[in-house]
Amino acid sequence: MTIEPSERVDRVGPSGIRRFFELAEEVDDLISLGVGEPDFSAPWTARQAAIDSLERGKTSYTANRGKRELRAAIAADLARYDLTYDPDDEIVVTTGVSEALDLAHRALVDPGDTVAVVDPSYVSYVANATFVGADVLRVPTRDDEFVLTRSSLEAAGAADADVLLMGYPNNPTGATMTRDQLEPVAAFAREHDLTVFSDEIYAELTYGHDHVSIAALPGMRERTIVLNGFSKAFAMTGLRLGYAVGPPAAIDAMNRIHQYTMLSAPTTAQYAAIEALDSCADAVTEMRDQYDRRRRVVLSRFDEMNIDCFRSSGAFYAFPESPWDDCEAFAEALIEAEQVAMVPGTAFGPGGTDNLRVSYATDMESLREALDRVERFVEAFPTEEAFEADR
Amino acid sequence: MDERAEILAVLRENARYSVTEIAEMTDCEESTVESVVDDLEDDGVVRGYRAVVDWSNAERSRVTAMVELNVTLDRETNYRDIADRIVKYPPVDSLRLVSGDFDFAAEVSAESMEEVSRFVSDEIAPIPEVTQTVTHYVMETYKEQGIAFGDGDDDDRLSISP
Repeated sequence: MTIEPSERVDRVGPSGIRRFFELAEEVDDLISLGVGEPDFSAPWTARQAAIDSLERGKTSYTANRGKRELRAAIAADLARYDLTYDPDDEIVVTTGVSEALDLAHRALVDPGDTVAVVDPSYVSYVANATFVGADVLRVPTRDDEFVLTRSSLEAAGAADADVLLMGYPNNPTGATMTRDQLEPVAAFAREHDLTVFSDEIYAELTYGHDHVSIAALPGMRERTIVLNGFSKAFAMTGLRLGYAVGPPAAIDAMNRIHQYTMLSAPTTAQYAAIEALDSCADAVTEMRDQYDRRRRVVLSRFDEMNIDCFRSSGAFYAFPESPWDDCEAFAEALIEAEQVAMVPGTAFGPGGTDNLRVSYATDMESLREALDRVERFVEAFPTEEAFEADR
Repeated sequence: MDERAEILAVLRENARYSVTEIAEMTDCEESTVESVVDDLEDDGVVRGYRAVVDWSNAERSRVTAMVELNVTLDRETNYRDIADRIVKYPPVDSLRLVSGDFDFAAEVSAESMEEVSRFVSDEIAPIPEVTQTVTHYVMETYKEQGIAFGDGDDDDRLSISP
């Protein structure tokens, strides 16, 4: 007998970044601009809180929805985005935003429903929708500076979708959406009765304007699930802690799955998160300031190289156009010739075909060195043909 | 953050950044950076630029001591007068008036413990207003000027991640 994966799993191929990961792993002295997580460590006081909790033997399960103290802290923190949620029945603490995203799909999407997904987008979005048997509808954003617009939603047929899945600030483009840009999207969701899954994990890393949550717009709270967590702003990726907030019925449904699968999010991480929300605002500001400086350097250097680069304003990604027609060929050759890794935009959907994702979650010295190498490479090999001819 | 605060933050992170690099990081014109740095220096906000040295990795030996000083004041002599006298000695790297059990905290360095001891006993202790000195030799430095002297954290992140 051969065990076969389920049809739903079979429909999801391996992640587009997997092949580049394997390629990059073979290279010595690599400078990676392909890393989707902070290069900082979690603020020390948050780590200390985790250690203290372990020393005091706080290693048992917590409430399914997460520690009440943490949920209260999350509710208080969300006030900065004009979001008001009841810690008792509108918040569930999860094992990273990844679990929250999975729960939202499993609890609120039926097989055959249509999930409209912003394109390009984080690699898990399409996979999560597919795993629950939903049909995926990609909404291209490339011609609109990578933000959703009413016309792009209409053109893609999102009026007939059941769920709109969006993530701003966006991975991989670094695009953010302002209130003015979100309002027509919200109106579209209301008119066509869409549920919105809004992944706001990069909310703290917004540059030049304040982050706006679509759930804060009129008539959106009751139809939106906001997903957020501690991985990016607090550099706590490995502690795996996220949360979802939304209307009680939705959160209750998500929590029902959560209690039968995860039971509760990691207890140690919850103690770290309480401390993070309580006392680490300055550390977050310092990290954000450093990312912003790096962002400016990256944008400036691509300008100097005459490489068109989207003016990103969030997360820690720049999204330059590939100097070659084939972004995967470019990324492969760059690793081989200059030991610099970027992720080809194809990994994030059809809308990323012409671009590369450049993460600036690396120290300034390495970043500058990597950009010097890219400049040298692009000058030497402006086309794929020039590179092949040199081999 | 205004541009003055932002440029100061960049200099505090690494004073060796060039004007061009600071301009890139802060989105300011190079001329603006130059002018702001000049102002910071002229206003006495930035007092100087020095390397943070881990002497345990340098070939030259260096001994540092934290010296507590108690002083007595009279109508003619205040803390500033005493400080003005002490800061003139080259072995004194830093001098601060502090609250608590003693008055001044001085950081003194020289090439050997004998040299530090001789300096404290021959130059500092005899100052008429100094009533007591307590010298603590630095055995190991773990962090200086905000820079930790550990081996550094290896970056064990995956080279490519989503």
